[in-house]
Amino acid sequence: MTFRNPNRRKILKIGAAAGVTTLATPYFFSRGAFAQSMDYRNAPEGDTVTLGFNVPQTGAYADEGADELRAYQLAVEHLNGEGDGGMLNTFSSKALEGNGVNGKKVAFVTGDTQTKSDAARASAKRMIENDGAVMITGGSSSGVAIAVQGLCQEAGVIFMAGLTHSNDTTGKDKRANGFRHFFNTEMTGAALAPVLKNAYGTDRKAYHLTADYTWGWSQEGSIKKYTEQLGWETVDAVRTPLGAGDFSQYLTPVLNSGADVLVLNHYGKDMVNSLTQAVQFGLRDKQVNGKDFVIVVPLYSRLMAQGAGENVKGIFGSTNWHWSLQDEGSKAFVKSFGEKYGFPPSQAAHTCYCQTLLYADAAQRSGTFQPSEVGKALEGFEFDGLGNGPVLYREADHQCFKDVLVVKGKENPDSKFDLLEVVEITPREQVEYPPELLGGELGPYNDGV
Amino acid sequence: MDAIFLQILNGLDKGGAYALIALGLTLVFGTLGVVNFAHGALFMLGAFCAVTLNRLLNISFERVSETETNFLGKPLVEQVPYLEQWFGPEVAGFLLDWSVPISILLAVVVMAIVGIAMERGLIKHFYKRPHADQILVTFGLAIVLQEIVRHFFGANPIPQPAPDIVAGAANVGAWLGLGDNLIYPWWRLIYFLFSAVVIFAVFAFLQFTTFGMVVRAGMHDRETVGLLGINIQRRFTIVFGLAAAVAGIAGAMYTPILPPDYHMGMDFLVLSFVVVVVGGMGSLGGAVLAGFLLGILQSFASMTAIKSILPGIDQIIIYLVAVIVLLTLPRGLMGRPGVAED
Repeated sequence: MTFRNPNRRKILKIGAAAGVTTLATPYFFSRGAFAQSMDYRNAPEGDTVTLGFNVPQTGAYADEGADELRAYQLAVEHLNGEGDGGMLNTFSSKALEGNGVNGKKVAFVTGDTQTKSDAARASAKRMIENDGAVMITGGSSSGVAIAVQGLCQEAGVIFMAGLTHSNDTTGKDKRANGFRHFFNTEMTGAALAPVLKNAYGTDRKAYHLTADYTWGWSQEGSIKKYTEQLGWETVDAVRTPLGAGDFSQYLTPVLNSGADVLVLNHYGKDMVNSLTQAVQFGLRDKQVNGKDFVIVVPLYSRLMAQGAGENVKGIFGSTNWHWSLQDEGSKAFVKSFGEKYGFPPSQAAHTCYCQTLLYADAAQRSGTFQPSEVGKALEGFEFDGLGNGPVLYREADHQCFKDVLVVKGKENPDSKFDLLEVVEITPREQVEYPPELLGGELGPYNDGV
Repeated sequence: MDAIFLQILNGLDKGGAYALIALGLTLVFGTLGVVNFAHGALFMLGAFCAVTLNRLLNISFERVSETETNFLGKPLVEQVPYLEQWFGPEVAGFLLDWSVPISILLAVVVMAIVGIAMERGLIKHFYKRPHADQILVTFGLAIVLQEIVRHFFGANPIPQPAPDIVAGAANVGAWLGLGDNLIYPWWRLIYFLFSAVVIFAVFAFLQFTTFGMVVRAGMHDRETVGLLGINIQRRFTIVFGLAAAVAGIAGAMYTPILPPDYHMGMDFLVLSFVVVVVGGMGSLGGAVLAGFLLGILQSFASMTAIKSILPGIDQIIIYLVAVIVLLTLPRGLMGRPGVAED
């Protein structure tokens, strides 16, 4: 066709043909094509999409980080159609077909957070700016999560938080580009308090030892709030430096405080050390106010329980997920992970695997990797089959709501992994709270343009 | 009253560890003139001698269970220690229970060898270099050692229980007629006594043996001792091995108090340096005195009554004392003129 002698009739004909073609094109096709062509940060151009896994590979949480990385690699395999598919087979959303996401193969880069906010931000920045990561996920500290979430908001990529339990991550420090699957201290308090009431009664005096950073403060606040509602009295709450090592100087005052409950708001290495030392100080053999002295560790993990050994027996706490759960999703995940690595996954591994699948599913459903579109697909999303029963990704604060597990250190473990027993699955309704309770503003999405 | 007594006890066991590490540190500085930043790593390596012995005693063969299954529902592969197979469960149980005290023997040998190898292989090349170079190379060595340990043992703390018979707490209050609230872990009391014995033994060794006399003479005037035909360098190498062994057994015995991880040496290193500086560089008595003094002060600063008046004092007390001591006594509590002043 030549336009050497254009005239009005020819132009009208061509215009009409173009209009008809556009209208006749299937909606999903043009929508996807339009979205892909939109300018957003790190829009993938080739046949792969790059995700950034930012986990502690060195430092005190390196073992937890290693487990997170194993889960991420497994998730990528499943998304690309390798392996047995894991929880893709049990996930209620069937958008993902095991052939990548939006027709692109999933690739990944990794960074080392070192469990330090500045190092975590630097590695996330490197993955976004140099490696073209379209989403950042991971971490095992709330301090790190909040720092990296802020960075992702500024950079215009999605942040799928790993293990972070402070209320602030989806409370006062929440950001539109940030999403959390893991539970928080408010939910821990709501789930744990009724169990503590049944086990220890309403007339108790509690002494808190608290890790001196955002997560510790958050957990101390939540546990105080819920136990004081039960009628417990808080005798004292003492802040301990992160990574103190020897907690004896903080434990000796507990002996004469008149308290009959010690709440350890510690995680990881701190929890292993403080609990071991508390048991050595004979606290669990003590009688105070005519009652047996008890210890509570509100946030448990299987890796920590392994570190603390025998000392965890009989101690109550909460956890986001445990490998012994018998629903189809958990069984599929434990099988996939166990066959690949030879041991069951931790709760950190579970939440990271879920976050990767949830991101990929949202991107697939929205037909783009554009943060605002993926975010909208996650907001209000209800799903099942990922090991926690029915879950809601709440629109107002980007926090997942699901059942919470209350666990207890097992008296007679069958194996070195079988350290915690689930004593109660607290239903989701019981741990839900109004979004405005924890403050903060999501603000607008940032697509990075 | 009980609270004060408890904090004193707490300060003593904490001070015991500080004093043992600082003793080796100041011994090396006094003899070889080297600021050894890898000394904390030697404490950590000693702790991992206890872990290693425990693992060696636990070396097992695999036996597929006919009745039990693993977490995937497949037949469980049981680990049966060879020790149990060879000597029966009672002897195996006893050895495992007492593995931490037994590990002292392993730690003494291993750490003395590590110390001598470290001195001969690396540190001797830095005697004539500035202190900054020594600090850099020993700090680098400390990082290498801890990363090697992390590679083999992982990053998480590995619990090492004390023998069952001393695993609980002693009713110190009942002994002293002060009521039942004054209880203190047996192992921490043992650790304090252990550190006192080791410190005494090191002093006796230096004070009452010919070897010790030569070393002390060498600390005063290396050149003259050399002119007398004594190979003082060889003596100092052995002193380095001794310092490493002291740090090692201090670490091995500390494992029931603090489950060891690869980073524990760094946690103690800075404190121990402050202890050495407060005590006086090169002064053995000063290191011990400052170790116990700072341990007790740190414990008292953590009391709620004191923290309510001076919030955060527990975090800075040691450094605050160091500043005050150095302003009033620039050579430290027991520092001698001429040491570290050239």
